[in-house]
Amino acid sequence: MRAFADLYFALDATTRTNDKVAAMRAYFDATPPADAAWAVYFLSGRRPKRLLSALLLRRWAAELAAIPEWLQEEAYHAVGDSAETAALLLPEAARAGERPLHAWVEEAILPLREKDEAGQRATVLDAWAELDDPQRYVFNKLITGGFRVGVSQRLLMRALAEAAALPEAAIAHRLMGAWEPTPEFYATLVHPDELRGEDAGRPYPFFLAYPLETDPATLGDVADWQVEWKWDGIRAQLIRRDGQTFLWSRGEELVTERYPEVVEAATALPDCVLDGELLAWDFDANRPRPFARLQQRIGRKNLGRKLLAETPVVLLLYDLLEWAGEDWRERPLTERRAQLEAIVNAAASPWLPLSAVIAAPAWADLVSLREESRARGVEGFMLKRRASPYRVGRRRGDWWKWKIDPFSIDAVLIYAQRGSGRRASLYTDYTFALWDGEGDDRHLTPFAKAYSGLTDAEMREVDRFVRNNTEDRFGPVRSVRPELVMELAFESIQASNRHKSGVAVRFPRILRWRHDKRPEEADTMATLRAMIPDL
Amino acid sequence: MVLTHTDHGLYCAAGDFFIDPWQPVARAVISHAHGDHARAGSAAYLCATPGESILRLRMGPEAHIETAAYGQTLRLNGVAVSFHPAGHILGSAQVRVAHDGEVWVVSGDYKTEPDPTCAPFESVAADTFITEATFGLPIYRWQPSAAVFDQINAWWRANQTAGRTSVLFAYALGKAQRILAGVDAAIGPIYVHGAVHRLNAAYRAAGVPLPHWRYAGDAPPDQDWSQALVIAPASTQGTPWLRRFGDVSAAFASGWMRVRGQRRRRSVDRGFVLSDHADWPGLLAVIAATGAGRVLVTHGYTAVLARYLRENGREAYELNAPYSGESLDEAANEGAPEAH
Ligand SMILES: [Zn+2]
Ligand SMILES: [Zn+2]
Repeated sequence: MRAFADLYFALDATTRTNDKVAAMRAYFDATPPADAAWAVYFLSGRRPKRLLSALLLRRWAAELAAIPEWLQEEAYHAVGDSAETAALLLPEAARAGERPLHAWVEEAILPLREKDEAGQRATVLDAWAELDDPQRYVFNKLITGGFRVGVSQRLLMRALAEAAALPEAAIAHRLMGAWEPTPEFYATLVHPDELRGEDAGRPYPFFLAYPLETDPATLGDVADWQVEWKWDGIRAQLIRRDGQTFLWSRGEELVTERYPEVVEAATALPDCVLDGELLAWDFDANRPRPFARLQQRIGRKNLGRKLLAETPVVLLLYDLLEWAGEDWRERPLTERRAQLEAIVNAAASPWLPLSAVIAAPAWADLVSLREESRARGVEGFMLKRRASPYRVGRRRGDWWKWKIDPFSIDAVLIYAQRGSGRRASLYTDYTFALWDGEGDDRHLTPFAKAYSGLTDAEMREVDRFVRNNTEDRFGPVRSVRPELVMELAFESIQASNRHKSGVAVRFPRILRWRHDKRPEEADTMATLRAMIPDL
Repeated sequence: MVLTHTDHGLYCAAGDFFIDPWQPVARAVISHAHGDHARAGSAAYLCATPGESILRLRMGPEAHIETAAYGQTLRLNGVAVSFHPAGHILGSAQVRVAHDGEVWVVSGDYKTEPDPTCAPFESVAADTFITEATFGLPIYRWQPSAAVFDQINAWWRANQTAGRTSVLFAYALGKAQRILAGVDAAIGPIYVHGAVHRLNAAYRAAGVPLPHWRYAGDAPPDQDWSQALVIAPASTQGTPWLRRFGDVSAAFASGWMRVRGQRRRRSVDRGFVLSDHADWPGLLAVIAATGAGRVLVTHGYTAVLARYLRENGREAYELNAPYSGESLDEAANEGAPEAH
């Protein structure tokens, strides 16, 4: 596991993508398939479920370090991470072991699941006795389910492609869907023969758009662009091969069973692979319902008759990736779109509508039309270069999402909590409130948590404010004098009876610190509630 | 009470002097020249002899500075005062104050690990010991510095191969000179920032052997930096001053680098765990060796260390410095003079 821990810290140490790729490439070049398979598994963001609690881990480490419980807690507050705290507290390892990664995972880590606490403790202490600091950190992260590496899928694919001397697209394709991290899997992953039998249900990697942050006119002639609405649903890929149907969501999850109406409708399609968006649909108004309605279907495996009738879901289609057994991704969008229209029109199913192409003689027409987005239940526009191929992952240049400005509101900071990871020593996680009630009853109601948006300097200033203006403490949370006003942005809003405020906002973040506003001048809950769309 | 805690700092009423005062006073006894211990404006300063040139550099040519050799006892209004090596930086001292048969020792900042740029720490018996606690948590344990210098040398060589300048951020006073003395100077040329350059000269003038270094500001505009190690204060990070070095690998040498979150917060490519403060075992060993019946804890994780000492049967209290307005990790930045 030493080589894998070294790789982890090499990846952790740099932000240069070339260095990251080189580090992974060197690792794959030197590593036998049994270990490489697990490395691919972990580097691609897969990880075993939490096998034991982080607190237990810290307690055992404190026991070995012969320090009291409260001191272990103090150490944890300074580090901000249980797995790391445990690794840093432990005394020097008694012996140096050289067990390979796959042996650690298969013989020590995964079997933890079947053990009782005493058995788990014995295994973990035994592991610590032969691992050095970096390996202990990685081991602790793996068993507490918190292992994360700072590499994107694309960089991993680049490194594997280099190691295997294969095109990235081939690696990307082989990595999609379900697989087991076995030496056989790794051998086929990097096998030079591209014609090996692919599983019928294997999806293509999604092509993802970049946000457009400039004037669209900088993209050149509007005639070179296909314009569609940007839908607020779940990105999905529908696969029809050999008469079988598979539906994948963007999280690379097979969701075929969750949307029976779509799968049923798909039986009318010939062999093809289509890209589109799952949306809760209002057939009367012929428009999507808010994302909150789709949420009622997400994660539901047992679909009652009532739910299916009240919240039907369609797959709105916008691209064609494979046709008649042939990969069409390299063909230009115009050609793919024409064939897609033919396929969708022939199927003629209300469950498989086509994402309309918006006619736009000039960019200016789109600017005014974009104002209607919210009323139409969409998030703005998608701009797709007509001549472009269907690429892999998030790439700049051919697909842009031109979103409408988010909602925003001025709120008062009332609670603060220390951040995690690199912000563990600062109060960087905030809860914001708005004014509610009238007269004597006027009070602040918390409605959103936000973590990001301030500069490092501002964060240190808030941290100072929190330390000097704490009114009360509940565990790690401090309530502070309601004085700081910040403008928050969020993507959408819905009524919610799970929230004390009666409102849930999506992706709240800090836009700016309103030094110019006093807390009394912050917005009210009434203003916020008025933003909720009618369902 | 030999020493009392006042709003100007630690005060000895019988001797009428302050130790490391944070406001200007008539007579200031200084443990060492770091900015959080030595402040300008006092009428008279007293420090250990090896620290004079550095203190002068920081307090200005007009400052009135008296010195005493390590171990030499002075009488200030009848109170016995002596300096003893603290092993922290050149001239750093523990201040021993004896009066009416009672001995107090103020540690200042200290480390127990050998450092070629300053006299090694000497344990001093005390009735009351005032200790620092910058790294007063059991997660802080240092590797021997030889192992850390091996890592620094390896990083420097790897950067040379990749054609990248090695920029190592370190506190200009103390850490920078320790690094200069500790790295393998045969690997390549060593350049330093102006702040480091002036302090190096003061160290060399005080008789500390340092390998050859060059002032980065003297280099020609077409200088090839790719083989060089550049030692600079952390305050230069993200400034235009760094641009001249082209493609760099940046690293930071500090005890804080023990924690991954701190490494990431500094956004450097590498963190080397090298501190001029005692680690947790070092603090405990030093405190035990003083035999002090009472321990006062200042600077850093004061509450944690004081509580731990109490639970282990020692009388111990927190002695809080005034709230500096910075969060803990920044206030305790190993006394970086450039932080002021
Ligand atoms: Zn200090
Ligand atoms: Zn210092």
